[in-house]
Amino acid sequence: MSPASKDLKQPEATATTILPAHLADAAADETSLRRFLLGLPGVDPVGIEMRAAGLATRSIKRASKLAALDLAISMVDLTTLEGADTPGKVRNLARKAMLPDPDYPDTPHTAAICVYPDMVPTAVAELQGSGVNVASVASAFPSGRSSLEVKLADTKIAVDAGTDEIDMVIDRGAFLAGDYGTVFEQIIAIKQACGNARLKVILETGELATYDNVRRASWLALLAGADFIKTSTGKISPAATLPVVHVMLQAVKDWKAQTGEQRAVKPAGGIRTAKDAIRYLVAVNEVAGPEWLDPYYFRFGASSVLNDLIMQRRAQLDGHYSGADYVTVD
Amino acid sequence: MEWEYSPAPESSAIADIKDRYLPFIDGSFKEGSGEDRDTINPGTGERLSTVSTVEASDVDRAVKAARRAYQDVWSQLPGAERGKYLFRIARAIAERSRELAVVETLDNGKPIKETRDFDVPAAAQHFFYHAGWADKLQHLGLGPAPRPLGVAGQVIPWNFPLLMAAWKIAPALAAGNTVVIKPAETTPLSILVLAEIIADADLPPGVVNIVTGAGDVGSALLNHSGIDKVAFTGSTAVGRRLQRELAGTGRKITLELGGKGANIIFEDAAQDQAVEGIINGIFFNQGQVCCAGSRLLVQESIADEFIERLKQRVETLRVGDPMDKNTDVGAINSEAQLGRITALMDAGLAEGAELWSSSCPLPKNGFYLAPSIFTNATPSMRIAREEIFGPVLTTMTFRTPDEAVTKANNSPYGLSAGVWTEKGSRAMGMAAALRSGVIWDNTFNRFDPAASFGGYKESGFGREGGPSGLDAYLDTDDEAVVR
Repeated sequence: MSPASKDLKQPEATATTILPAHLADAAADETSLRRFLLGLPGVDPVGIEMRAAGLATRSIKRASKLAALDLAISMVDLTTLEGADTPGKVRNLARKAMLPDPDYPDTPHTAAICVYPDMVPTAVAELQGSGVNVASVASAFPSGRSSLEVKLADTKIAVDAGTDEIDMVIDRGAFLAGDYGTVFEQIIAIKQACGNARLKVILETGELATYDNVRRASWLALLAGADFIKTSTGKISPAATLPVVHVMLQAVKDWKAQTGEQRAVKPAGGIRTAKDAIRYLVAVNEVAGPEWLDPYYFRFGASSVLNDLIMQRRAQLDGHYSGADYVTVD
Repeated sequence: MEWEYSPAPESSAIADIKDRYLPFIDGSFKEGSGEDRDTINPGTGERLSTVSTVEASDVDRAVKAARRAYQDVWSQLPGAERGKYLFRIARAIAERSRELAVVETLDNGKPIKETRDFDVPAAAQHFFYHAGWADKLQHLGLGPAPRPLGVAGQVIPWNFPLLMAAWKIAPALAAGNTVVIKPAETTPLSILVLAEIIADADLPPGVVNIVTGAGDVGSALLNHSGIDKVAFTGSTAVGRRLQRELAGTGRKITLELGGKGANIIFEDAAQDQAVEGIINGIFFNQGQVCCAGSRLLVQESIADEFIERLKQRVETLRVGDPMDKNTDVGAINSEAQLGRITALMDAGLAEGAELWSSSCPLPKNGFYLAPSIFTNATPSMRIAREEIFGPVLTTMTFRTPDEAVTKANNSPYGLSAGVWTEKGSRAMGMAAALRSGVIWDNTFNRFDPAASFGGYKESGFGREGGPSGLDAYLDTDDEAVVR
C-alpha cells in the first residue's frame, strides 16, 4: 500500500528457526506488521472468561496435587523488585530459592530469582553452581518510558554482571498508539543485547486492557524473538489473570504449530496461593499442552506464593497443616 | 511432563439413594398400582433403585386430587402466598443442591460438574424467578387480570430431569394452576427428591402430583378429561401424536420437541471461543439436548484449519465416570439411546460421510460414546437432517451469508441456532433471517429463566421462561376478563 512503509530490522536468524513464509513476511515492514496483527482472529471476552472459569473448577487431589506442587515450586521466579532492596535482602532470597524448605531438603529449588540489574552481582555470587538462575528486569522497568539507548545500557549492566535471563518491558505507549514497528525493533535490539541470556518480554497486559491487544502483543513479541512472553511487571493492577494467560498460552501453542518452535510463558503478579498456581498449571496442561509443564517453558513471577506452596506440600506429606511459623520468612 | 489427574470422585453416599421410591399423589408418597421398574445408573450399567409405577386408576386419583386442590385451595390463595411457597421450594433446592446433583448424576449419567454447576442451580433459579411473578401477574403485559387455567398435565424428558421439572412446575404454580407431572421412566429419582422438598415446604396436598411410569402413563395423563392444559417436552413423533389426540378438546397445549440446531461459524469469528462454543453446543450433556448445536456450518475459507483446531480441542475432553469432578463428558442415558445414536452413525458412514472420533479411553461398563465429528456431510444425509441426540457433530460448509441462512433453515426443525462473527451487523442480520426460536450470538447453550425458550416448525410451539412462558399457563382471553 504506502510505498513509504518503513522496512523493519529483523531478528537475528538462529539455526533452529526458519519461519514459514507468511510469518517471515508478517514483519517485513511496518504496514505488513500492522496488517498481520490487526488480522489475527479476535478474542471473545465472554467466551474466554467462561472457559477460564470452567477450567478453574478442575479438582486436583492426592498424587496429582503433590506433583503439581513440586512442579509449581520449580517454576517460581522468586522476585524482589523494591526500591528498598539491599544485598542482604537479595542474599536471603537466593538462599530461599536454593533451599525453599530446610525441613524437607528434597523440595525442588525455584527456577530463578528475579532482581533489579544492580543486584545481579550479589545474586550471581550467591547462586553460583546452584542450578537456580538469575533473572534481571531491564529496559527502564517498570514503565519502559525512556530512550532505547538507556534501555540497552540497562540491559547491558545485567548481562555483563552474568544474568541468565532478562525481563524487559515493552513500550506500551507505542503499542497503544499503533506504533507496532517501534515496539518490534526495541525487542529485537534488546534481544541482541542479551547475548546468551533468555529474554522475557513483559506485555503489561493490565495496561493493554483488551484480550485482542494481548493476542497482538503476544504475536508481536514472538515475531521479534522473545523467548518468553510475560504478563506483567507486578506494579500494575490487574496483573496476571487466568483468561489473559489462556490467550498467551494459545499464542505459543499456535506459534509452535506454525513454526515447530516452542516458546515459553510467564504469568507474574497476583498469584498468591497454591490453589492459584495449580489453576495455572491446569491451563498450561489443557490449553497449551503437557510439553509446557516444564520450568523451561513456564514460570511464575511471584514471591508470596512460594510459602503457600511449601505449606501445602508439607500438608500433603504430613497429612495435616502446620502453622505459618514453620515456614521461613525471608 | 505427563500430569495425570488423580480420580476426584464425588461421594455417592451424599445422594442417600433409597432402595425403592414411590409416586407422590395428593400430598403423600403412595404405592402405585403398576409394576415396579428398575432405574439404571448409566455410568456403571447397574441397577440404582426401584420405582413403583402407576396405572390409569392412579392417574385418575392424581388428577382428581389436583382438581380438588385447585378449586379449594390454590386458586383461592393470593399470589403473594403462592409466591412464598415457591420461594421456599427454591431455597430448599439450593440447600439440598449437593444431594440433588449427586442423585441426578447417578440416575442420568451426566457429569457431576454439570449437575453441580448447571442443572441444580438453574432449577433453583427457575423457582426463584417465578416466585417473584406470582403476585404480579397483572403486570405481565398479558391483560389486566390473567387467570389460571386449572389442572396442568405435564410430561418431561430424561435429559434434564430436575431442570425440566422446574421449568414445568414453577410457572404453572406461580400462575395459580395445580400440576400432575410424569418424569421419564429412565430418570425418575431427582423429581421424587423434589417431591420431598415440596412436602417439606408444606405445599397443600394435591397441588403437585408426580406419577411414575413409561409412555402409556404419559398418554393416560395427557388424554385425561380432567386436565385443562397440556405441556409436553420430548420427541417430535410423540408431539405429533399428541396434537392429533387432543385436537378439538379446546385444551391449551405447548410442545417443546426436537431440534437440529445450526451453529454457524463465519471466517471473522473469534475462532478459539467458537471452538469452545461448538463443544459446549454439542458435547454438553453428551449432546442429549434438544437445542444442541448438532449441525456445524463453517465458512469454507477457514474450514480445514478450523476443523483441525476443533478436533485437537475435542481430543482434550475428559470422558468417563460421571461422578468424577474432572469429567467433561459422561455417560449416555440408556443402552437404548446409545443404540439409537450408533444406528444413525452407521447410516452416516453408509451414506459416505467421514467419521472422526476422539481417541479418549472409555470405561468398560456403562453406556459411553467417544465425542465424534462427521465431516464431508451433505444436507441430504440422515445425519444432517435427523436429530441424533448424542455427542455427534455433523459438519458442513457454506460460502456466503445467504447460503448459511438457506442451509440453516433447511430443516423441519427450528429450535436453536448459533452465529459466530465479530461483526455485529452480520450477527443481527442473521438473527432476523434464521427460523429458530433461540439464537445465540457468539455463545451457545446459555439459559436464563427470564428468557423465553421454544421452537419454530416441528420443534414445537409455546414458550417456556419469561413472561411468554407464563402466558402458556394463563387464561388471557379478553372476553374471559369481561365476563
